[in-house]
Amino acid sequence: MEIRSMHFKARAGQKLTDVVLQQNLKKGKSKFVDMRAQAIVEIDDFEATRVAAKVLRDRTLDNLDLWLEQFERQATARGASVLWAKDGAEICQLTIDIARRHGVTKATKSKSMLSEEAGLNQALEAAGIQPVETDLGEYILQINGNEPPSHIIAPVFHKSKEEISALFARIHRRPALTDIQALTREAREILRPHFLDAGMGISGGNFLIAETGSVALVTNEGNGRMVTTLPKVHVVITGIEKVIATLEDLSTLMRLLPRSATGQSISNYFSVLTGVKQPGESDGPEHLYFILVDSGRADMVGGDFAEMLRCIRCGACMNHCPVYQSVGGHAYGWVYPGPMGSILTPLFTGLENSLDLPQAATLCNQCGVVCPVKIPLPDLLRKLREQQMERRLRPLVERLALKAWAWLAQHPRLYALGAKLGVRYLKWLAHDGARNDRIRVLGLAPEWTLGRDFPAPEGKTFRELYTSYAARKENP
Amino acid sequence: MRVGLFVTCLVDMMRPRIGFATLKLLEDAGCEVVVPQTQTCCGQPAYNSGDRAGARSLAEKLLAEFEDCDYVVAPSGSCAGMVRTHYADLVADDPALARRMAALSAKTYELTDFLVNVAKFEHIPGNYAGHPINLTYHDACAGLRELGVKTQPRALLAQLPGVTLSEMPGAEECCGFGGAFSVKFGEISAAIAEKKCDSIRATGAAAVVSGDLGCLLNIEGKLRRMGDEATRVLHIAEALTEFAGES
Ligand code: SF4
Repeated sequence: MEIRSMHFKARAGQKLTDVVLQQNLKKGKSKFVDMRAQAIVEIDDFEATRVAAKVLRDRTLDNLDLWLEQFERQATARGASVLWAKDGAEICQLTIDIARRHGVTKATKSKSMLSEEAGLNQALEAAGIQPVETDLGEYILQINGNEPPSHIIAPVFHKSKEEISALFARIHRRPALTDIQALTREAREILRPHFLDAGMGISGGNFLIAETGSVALVTNEGNGRMVTTLPKVHVVITGIEKVIATLEDLSTLMRLLPRSATGQSISNYFSVLTGVKQPGESDGPEHLYFILVDSGRADMVGGDFAEMLRCIRCGACMNHCPVYQSVGGHAYGWVYPGPMGSILTPLFTGLENSLDLPQAATLCNQCGVVCPVKIPLPDLLRKLREQQMERRLRPLVERLALKAWAWLAQHPRLYALGAKLGVRYLKWLAHDGARNDRIRVLGLAPEWTLGRDFPAPEGKTFRELYTSYAARKENP
Repeated sequence: MRVGLFVTCLVDMMRPRIGFATLKLLEDAGCEVVVPQTQTCCGQPAYNSGDRAGARSLAEKLLAEFEDCDYVVAPSGSCAGMVRTHYADLVADDPALARRMAALSAKTYELTDFLVNVAKFEHIPGNYAGHPINLTYHDACAGLRELGVKTQPRALLAQLPGVTLSEMPGAEECCGFGGAFSVKFGEISAAIAEKKCDSIRATGAAAVVSGDLGCLLNIEGKLRRMGDEATRVLHIAEALTEFAGES
């Protein structure tokens, strides 16, 4: 997918005034946040489960190659083929090769974030293979000119019912419907024939289970099952970091994933798919391929950002992020928004292509405390900021200002003088008209006063006042 | 006990009265308070901007200034959190220094946490008996999530005559300040502040109280820009000392 993360700030500005988006964010936030809060108390010891999940994720990530080899052995023994893609281009090429090998001209898809990363739909179309998204949200985005998703769980979070109704009427050439159920039924009617005549199904994978060579899929619409069992060929596209050791581990993670994502105790559908259709079995694909993707993940193993690999893509961090909740997902400019996106986008697409993202956070840690696998997201954002500094990717004035300030703070006498003069200047700035307790336009930090006043300082520093206070105390 | 008062750079420049209120609380609690005159900043702006070297040198400076105190207290969860949770990491490559830093971290407290859990202070000087007031409390992020400051300020406010506390919805949500974030992404920061101010105003409280001046400046600036001239914005140290001596 095209990377537009350089324009975060400009896009964020537009999003702040997008009425539909703001309404949806408000509704969605209370839904996701409240439902998660209710769901996690069902678990006796949620915190202990988080710790267990962290430990089990780290166990496979620390020896990723060994676990992937085990997964490959087990999956192969059950008739699947395991292929490796180093980047998006290879995902597209491998998928097209598989389609051609089996004479496929149409592929149904259930949600796969890796295929978003790779821009797979466009590549398939160019190769003469028709991709059909079947997750309702993804379908809506696809028929709207392959619009990017704005949330990893709820891809059309930003759209209103009216927009979708108009889109359906235009694309399906049917009368516009207003009722959500009717719209869903319409999509289902359109999709049904595709399910039946697609030669290939493409899905993502929430987890890969090394001990059995299985893929686990967590979905809320029945489409995932249709995509993975009806066509003769099933292609799973997912990241190499998704491997876990055992089914037991899967059960631990499944106690956390739906609860953190949507506040459900369990998703509507939960499938563990293992191997190809065996003689005597009634359904399942005849050919099963795993495309396991690196795309920057292997480089993260053992490094400063290794903890990010634990991510199970639940979306809780964005649901609880004050910045995401203000600007929505599109502002982030690539596949992954919110705190996890602000870390993954620079790592996967280059720090220089997403300069704002690590900075666009208050470091409030509302994300870190909800993350089901205990990823210290603010610490990782700070590490990215350190790299930006080291690589001189921040504007020169900013770097100089920081250096000057840090130098001054090391020299208390000069610092005291600077502070003394500074606060008098600010106090003077506040002296306009009736009120002298605030600055309406602050030239030094113009962004502050775009949307709020800057309260005026008292006029003297604590240290000045304390000196006279201490003197009075000595000689009353 | 000998308590070093770390005033914080923001209080020093913007609101000295918060520094004096803190001083009064500590002295009333029976502490011998020292105020190292060379103190400047804990280094958090550098740390959060990615300048580790700058942050480290300020951490070492603060260590030298406060190491000989029994406790270090700051009227800020954010600055106390910087010392407590991040200083050791900054000097991890020097084991001897890291040990000293860990000792400093362990004795550094946010004001209300110190008053409740260390000083066990029960004679709060503030007194709203003659000026009954309805307050709401904003949980500043670092104090809450780095230091577990949640019940301490409420326990102290509960001791004040004349105070009722009306909790706002989402009291634990960020106000949008975020240090440099507030001037790098001013519009987003102000939009987040607006939600916080809406929550504050929904309580009908006459004043919003919090433990971090950064949040308070952000909230005050937004309230005033929204045309709210009435809602007072108070640091917890101010609330705990207001009308002291009145009966
Ligand atoms: S970083 Fe944590 S909270 Fe965010 S999507 Fe990943 S697992 Fe969920």
